[in-house]
Amino acid sequence: MITINDIQSKTLTDLFEKYPFLPGFFEEHTLELNGNLDIKLVNYLDFLDEEEEQENRAMDKSQVLGSMCTYIDQMLAFLGEDEDDGVHSITLLPGTNKSGEAEQFGELTIKKSEIVCIVGPTGSGKSRLLADIEWVAQGDTPTSRSVLINGEAGDSKWRLNSGNKLVAQLSQNMNFVMDLTVYEFIELHAQSRLVEDIESVINKIFAQANDLAGEKFELSTPITSLSGGQSRALMIADTAILSKSPIVLIDEIENAGIDRKRALDLLVGEEKIVLMATHDPILALMGDKRIVIKNGGIHKVIETSDEEQNLLSDLERMDSVVQKMRNRLRQGEIIKKEDIGF
Amino acid sequence: MNLVTVSGPPSSGKTAVILKTIDSVQKRGLKVGVVKFDCLYTDDDILYEKAGVKVKKGLSGSLCPDHYFVSNIEEVTQWGLKEGLDLLITESAGLCNRCSPYIKTVTAVCVIDNLSGINTPKKIGPMLKTADIVIITKGDIVSQAEREVFASRVNTVNPGATIMHVNGLTGQGAYELSTLLYDDKVEVKTLVGEKLRFSMPSALCSYCLGETRIGESYQMGNVRKIDLGDKK
Ligand SMILES: Nc1nc2c(ncn2[C@@H]2O[C@H](COP(=O)(O)OP(=O)(O)OP(=O)(O)O)[C@@H](O)[C@H]2O)c(=O)[nH]1
Ligand SMILES: [Mg+2]
Ligand SMILES: [Zn+2]
Ligand SMILES: [Zn+2]
Repeated sequence: MITINDIQSKTLTDLFEKYPFLPGFFEEHTLELNGNLDIKLVNYLDFLDEEEEQENRAMDKSQVLGSMCTYIDQMLAFLGEDEDDGVHSITLLPGTNKSGEAEQFGELTIKKSEIVCIVGPTGSGKSRLLADIEWVAQGDTPTSRSVLINGEAGDSKWRLNSGNKLVAQLSQNMNFVMDLTVYEFIELHAQSRLVEDIESVINKIFAQANDLAGEKFELSTPITSLSGGQSRALMIADTAILSKSPIVLIDEIENAGIDRKRALDLLVGEEKIVLMATHDPILALMGDKRIVIKNGGIHKVIETSDEEQNLLSDLERMDSVVQKMRNRLRQGEIIKKEDIGF
Repeated sequence: MNLVTVSGPPSSGKTAVILKTIDSVQKRGLKVGVVKFDCLYTDDDILYEKAGVKVKKGLSGSLCPDHYFVSNIEEVTQWGLKEGLDLLITESAGLCNRCSPYIKTVTAVCVIDNLSGINTPKKIGPMLKTADIVIITKGDIVSQAEREVFASRVNTVNPGATIMHVNGLTGQGAYELSTLLYDDKVEVKTLVGEKLRFSMPSALCSYCLGETRIGESYQMGNVRKIDLGDKK
């Protein structure tokens, strides 16, 4: 634990060298850094003793110092985590459905790089399942389910640590809202994750996203002008590579402007646990298992059989027929029986 | 009775989050009431009433809504006790970025939304900086990366806070929030003698007192002048 005494008599120059992330704290607290940085922190903060500054900021020196210590501790902890501390598997232990009946599965373990689909009518309890995972339920949520991390009773650090969320989410109705180019956007995200080699991360994500997207885009393209498929591609590549969350929840991926198979491969290749809510048979069959939800509970867990998996190529053929027809319509052409081809 | 103050910029999702959270609290058999503070107008009381929640509203009119809040919070607390509430929630729109209605011993929740822009956390001031719990809403419509960046900005501004994502539409995260808002060991009987986390500037100038004429000779009291950089 860093204490106020550890930092207050160091100079800003020394502190920034020791804690390269610290200028971000000054920036967010609107503490200006355009003067001499060889001044001791405690002296730099002297201006906060003025009544007017205190009134404006509603914060005095000791509060700023205390807050800074907490921040430094958090960032050091964040940087100190390594792969081994990560999540290798999650295990769901049954609870009850809305009627209080026991859920119909023994125990379900999902490992890194596995894809598990979630199916069931809207309102059947998909969000609750997800929330249970995110909250690392210990029999203390409305479903009484428990969630184990790496086979052990969940660590509640996952519950309240905002920099360390267990689940990253991608869904159809998510949009980019920031006024940034693709480059600036990835850069900003990388900075917030305290990434060291930002350039190479930007290039990696950019290349992967373009690989997934049907139509190519540039680093200088504003993110708000990306097409639906391009946005999805960038979101998936960015989440796969930059998000620290070990679990990725996908809520449908529309089959337009993005290579869905490769998108899943990318997430799996980055060792994510992938949960996918979908009723699209092609996506569902790409999963290793699927969880069927009914009446607020897990009704059963189905393993994708070889027989089902063999259907995938037929389904993809049918899908491409429809896609081609769609393109023809767009071009103002006529659709014919031959287009169907079987 | 437990007391929780919820505040946040207009339309950030306070009512939506409170309603979803109340749902979970009521399922535990607890009686909840809400008092909404606003400036000129609010419909929120109707929303709460529809959900079967005991509700009162207070409009501050020409006063700073946060000043109005402190002047009335004891009365409101007594109302809650009289109604036999287990949990009383106050909702106030953070219209004055300088003041904030947080009381030292009362759980303070700040609600802000992902759409408000990444520079919002540093602009909001004490309402965000001194909250115990920060709820981020509208995560369902922005990208994962934007959510992460936004949350990290909030964390930088208030590293000590518990930061949670709650979806005001689906209620995702609201159950979890509800577990942080009620503690059966806490018993608020009165706020008399309790203290605000920060003093609220009085800001009493001649214009507060009804002056309408412009010009230095009409300005009295707490007057501050803009620095246009041409001081000699
Ligand atoms: N998409 C989305 N919309 C939300 C979410 N939370 C709230 N909203 C919507 O945002 C709008 C404002 O929400 P309110 O709960 O009324 O906001 P408020 O902070 O109480 O507003 P005031 O009391 O008027 O300051 C409503 O239309 C809500 O339905 C959310 O998580 N996602
Ligand atoms: Mg409201
Ligand atoms: Zn005010
Ligand atoms: Zn005035």
